[in-house]
Amino acid sequence: MSHKLTAAIVGPGNIGTDLLYKLLRSDVIEPRWMIGVDASSEGLRLAAEKGLEASHEGVDWLLKQDVLPDLIFEATSAYVHREYAPRYEEAGIVAIDLTPAAVGPAVIPPVNGQEHVGAPNVNMITCGGQATIPMVAAVSRAATVTYAEIVASVSSMSAGPGTRANIDEFTRTTAAGVETIGGAQRGKAIIILNPAEPPMIMRDTIFCAVPPDADRDAIVASVFAMEKAVQEYVPGYRLLQEPQIDEPSAATRGDVKVSIFVEVEGAGDYLPPYAGNLDIMTAAATQVAQNIARHKLGASA
Amino acid sequence: MTHDAATRDTLPRTWSDDLDLRLTDTCLRDGSHHKRHQFTAQEVHDIVEALDDSGVPVIEVTHGDGLGGSSFNYGFSRTPEQELIKIAAETAKRAKIAFLMLPGVGTKDDIRAAQDNGGQICRIATHCTEADTSIQHFGLARELGLETVGFLMMSHTQPPEVLAKQARIMVDAGTQCVYVVDSAGALVMEQTADRVAAVVAEIGHEATVGFHGHENLGLGVANTVIAARAGATQIDGSVRRFGAGAGNTPLEAFVGVCDKLGWRTGIDFLTIVDASEDVIKPAMPEECQLDRMTLMMGYAGVYSSFLKHAGNAAERYGVSGAKILLEAGRRKLIGGQEDQLIDIALMLKAEQDKAAANS
Repeated sequence: MSHKLTAAIVGPGNIGTDLLYKLLRSDVIEPRWMIGVDASSEGLRLAAEKGLEASHEGVDWLLKQDVLPDLIFEATSAYVHREYAPRYEEAGIVAIDLTPAAVGPAVIPPVNGQEHVGAPNVNMITCGGQATIPMVAAVSRAATVTYAEIVASVSSMSAGPGTRANIDEFTRTTAAGVETIGGAQRGKAIIILNPAEPPMIMRDTIFCAVPPDADRDAIVASVFAMEKAVQEYVPGYRLLQEPQIDEPSAATRGDVKVSIFVEVEGAGDYLPPYAGNLDIMTAAATQVAQNIARHKLGASA
Repeated sequence: MTHDAATRDTLPRTWSDDLDLRLTDTCLRDGSHHKRHQFTAQEVHDIVEALDDSGVPVIEVTHGDGLGGSSFNYGFSRTPEQELIKIAAETAKRAKIAFLMLPGVGTKDDIRAAQDNGGQICRIATHCTEADTSIQHFGLARELGLETVGFLMMSHTQPPEVLAKQARIMVDAGTQCVYVVDSAGALVMEQTADRVAAVVAEIGHEATVGFHGHENLGLGVANTVIAARAGATQIDGSVRRFGAGAGNTPLEAFVGVCDKLGWRTGIDFLTIVDASEDVIKPAMPEECQLDRMTLMMGYAGVYSSFLKHAGNAAERYGVSGAKILLEAGRRKLIGGQEDQLIDIALMLKAEQDKAAANS
């Protein structure tokens, strides 16, 4: 048994290529294949340069190889992943899904990162979900969140064709994650693509409705603790302001409104630091995959 | 009109040839911003009835930020918008009811529900560089048999050729019309004409072109006339300007102008002027004003619906609303980023506190 699990990245776009840089630094995962469908892809060229086997003949080619990967990172689109997920499972390959297809259970590292390490398919929700659901969960730890709403603003330049074709899946999958992982009784998600030049750094706002008797100090403390937990794998994740507490009014429908403003500056692996949305997605996927790898390597040792 | 009768016959129009221009009133959608999304069922009923009586062919009804807009970020609706669409559809005898949706805010399920409630025209709005986020929604709308309209918001931020390319994406995705949308009320006549003309040149043989104006520099009617001369045949306005910012092109004034120019709108001027005084005015919280805040929006190119939210944040944190809007322009915020106005207010407050501590 090798001391690393082998991995294929499917989809050499922005996310797949950024992920490649992070996996190359992993001590428990070896990225060995990069799979695309366009021979002229920049991501395929980069992967080949870094010593991976790069193919533009798609997943069908990969699944025909004698040696198959232990892990597949899906960085295509929700439509593609829904189609291929059963075939990965049939082949005994664990899928880490970076599309909003939501085939497998959703994972947010600082909230439920150790759950589902034995699952055949895990879903990374969306970049907006990775950036905001930790904060919903932080408020949920201190109070009952009856409703949470997240607004993710990302630079247009960092939103590739997959994201654009999947915008409904983005809002639906993120809203579902706000509920199932964030712990809100009802969730809503909004995404904005902003084309400003120079490109804006990813910004996210999290609004939570909590009952009038909620412990404000406990909420604020929990939010600051979560900022630190996310910074462990995304150093550029930071609160822009102290959490804002609005007392109940007609505009808050009688609830206390907690507003949390964050900025996500990326590590600048593939795209420049403004693309924090890519960074938090690929950093989270790497964390989750490493947990899976350690679980599997430990179990077989 | 730049189109002669022969050309017009070849245009893929979705309405009667008896009209030179097809007007859409949007006080029950764009006006929702001014009303802070507090329309009652009765107000919607009365306004639709009055506009329908005047002969307005299309009436748009939705939360100001489109389907699914009811939220902390944009303001919660007093009455669920789907209920308002249903009331409007049941009230209108002749007019078609349109609804707006923004990909990233609303979803395909919202479009289905709006159709079930009687909405007939699906208007899909994106920022004017992000048309490709609307492809799946236009696909669904056409599949459902809805009439379709695309909205290129904040059109002042891009040159004509970029808008033409974005319009092409929407037409290829299935829209039957593309609007040049002056969300910030920042376009000045020739800029409007150039943008409309470029879109007409690109898609004019496959779809119609529309114009949606705002009054933040007082140019709503002037821009709309020049847009029509450049080939726009679908026109938005709101009776009494009832819309975001300083409001929209006043529909009743534009109808009067069309009468004088000999352009047929199918709307009776005297009836709509009465509707403005007797029905729309009582439903407005106040008249739409051309004041410091709204002028700032036209001047700095700021999305009109930021007005009330900037006002709220200014009041909450004791800072200047005009400064919030100028900073929003400097940060190049686009429609939908209302949350960032709070961040700006907090930044201004921190600066203010620091200055006070140093003095």
